[in-house]
Amino acid sequence: MRYWDKAIETIQPEELEKLQVKRLQETIKRACHVPFYQHRLQEAGISADDITKTSDIKNLPFTKKQDLREGYPFGFFAVPLKEIVRIHTTSGTTGKPTVVGYTKGDLDNWSDLIARNLTMIGLSDDDIFQNMVNYGMFTGGLGFHYGAEKAGLTTIPSATGNTKRQIEMIHDFCVTAIHCTPSYALHLAEVAEELQIPLDSLKTGIFGAEPWSDQMRTELEEKLRVTAFDSYGMSELYGPGVAFECPEHNGLHIWHDSFLVEIIDPATGEPLGPNERGELVITPLTKEAMPLLRYRTGDITMLLDDVCPCGRGRKIARFTGRSDDMLVIRGINVFPSQIEHVLLSIPEVAGSYMVYVDRVNHMDEMIIEVEINRQFFSGELADLKTIRERIQRALRDVLELRTNVRLVEPGSLPRFEGKAKRVIDRREKM
Amino acid sequence: MEKESYLIKQVSLFSENKPGRLATMAKAFLDEGINIKAFSIAEADGFGVIRVLVDKTREAYDKLAELGFNVAYTDVIAVIMRDEPGGLYEIAQTLANASINIEYSYAYSGKDKAVLILRVDHVEEAIEHILNAGFNLVRQQEFL
Ligand SMILES: [Zn+2]
Repeated sequence: MRYWDKAIETIQPEELEKLQVKRLQETIKRACHVPFYQHRLQEAGISADDITKTSDIKNLPFTKKQDLREGYPFGFFAVPLKEIVRIHTTSGTTGKPTVVGYTKGDLDNWSDLIARNLTMIGLSDDDIFQNMVNYGMFTGGLGFHYGAEKAGLTTIPSATGNTKRQIEMIHDFCVTAIHCTPSYALHLAEVAEELQIPLDSLKTGIFGAEPWSDQMRTELEEKLRVTAFDSYGMSELYGPGVAFECPEHNGLHIWHDSFLVEIIDPATGEPLGPNERGELVITPLTKEAMPLLRYRTGDITMLLDDVCPCGRGRKIARFTGRSDDMLVIRGINVFPSQIEHVLLSIPEVAGSYMVYVDRVNHMDEMIIEVEINRQFFSGELADLKTIRERIQRALRDVLELRTNVRLVEPGSLPRFEGKAKRVIDRREKM
Repeated sequence: MEKESYLIKQVSLFSENKPGRLATMAKAFLDEGINIKAFSIAEADGFGVIRVLVDKTREAYDKLAELGFNVAYTDVIAVIMRDEPGGLYEIAQTLANASINIEYSYAYSGKDKAVLILRVDHVEEAIEHILNAGFNLVRQQEFL
């Protein structure tokens, strides 16, 4: 097992606690340069000196995505703009984007985390790495790029688009590792098959920016013949690199020296214990330009109790969905990942699907368009009806909801190169 | 065996019910000089199956697959029907007597004859009973 920074990656609990307390105090001090936090901390009557153990964090106020939006553009910067060397933004579905800034120190810390992750999954200066994500304002492009270079990988900034060219590069440059969204990876595999270009040099696939299921893992690993690794992060927390799967493929290591982790009940804000699923709340411990306190990620996971054989710290479970992705259909909570899970477990269903939610006569209706797998078309309408009923029944068993499944022709649904947007909520907002 | 010579390959296509799908298929046949002998559309909620009998079956299948349609062959039989009252009844009764289930059927009435296309559950038995009852079956090559 190779480590990028063995001392910090395998730090023992008592030492970690000390480091976290020290860094949390520093973070609170930095946050005091932001008017928003000044007020909040004053209201809560708490200062950096009141923190003597990490569990004291529960006395600090939460930060929500909405708060950051209200600080547009530079309201959350804790250092003068002079010291900020990079700006990224994250596109919101509504209104202004969220702006994130980085000092030189931030960029160094961030690329270090990426280098840790890449080393953890066995990549080194022997590898050729094609980074097939957006290189613009999205943090996935530049974030991975500088981390990969730092770890010594031969890095190809291929960005997005022109799938044929991407495939040719993988083939011609003998690329061994790729990074992209899981949906783009499936698209890539399909196109490579159509073009009959073998991608034999590939061994590692890093997939992130959208949640993906275990069935999707099987599909990705079979079609691309790679070992797939889950990558988690968000721009507010530098970007990708926050948590990453190790070769055990049993949860994601989150870097506790850099991120203080809490899991809370999203409805009440109350802390949850290990193995209890809830919203991930993170306080970054090393961020300089934009310190955040108890940032509500909106992502649903849990802290795992087991000790990982790789020697690194406690893991979080793979992500099953975002709390803000959650749909409420006729009063029942539905995560899009549950739908994906069901669909991918049915062999007659091809990779792509779309979910539409409407309100008809004050009742929520969920329409799920499903591409059927070409090879399962027998020519008989009755067989199609049976497939459709099977899918509806499987969905009802898991979601406890009646859905309207529509079979659509293979290849007719959109393929996504960026973040897949498979759920369209067409209900009027109340 | 003899009975197999009466099996006719129907081309079945999975199609969503959306504008232009039938036109796309028909245009493909026009471009390839494929003549449609009979066709029917079966529809369920939002999707359906278009069934066609054509003179050039393989060309039709390949062309449609090339256009991205999900296509399959289905074995059917084609019985010549008396083109007068009772024509359908005789055939349906023959199969009913033999406890053979008709999954679906469609028909066409040409210049010289009316033909009933049948998809049944037990095709070999059906052929046997139909021939024994004195009806004539159309062979694939007669569609050319
Ligand atoms: Zn591990």
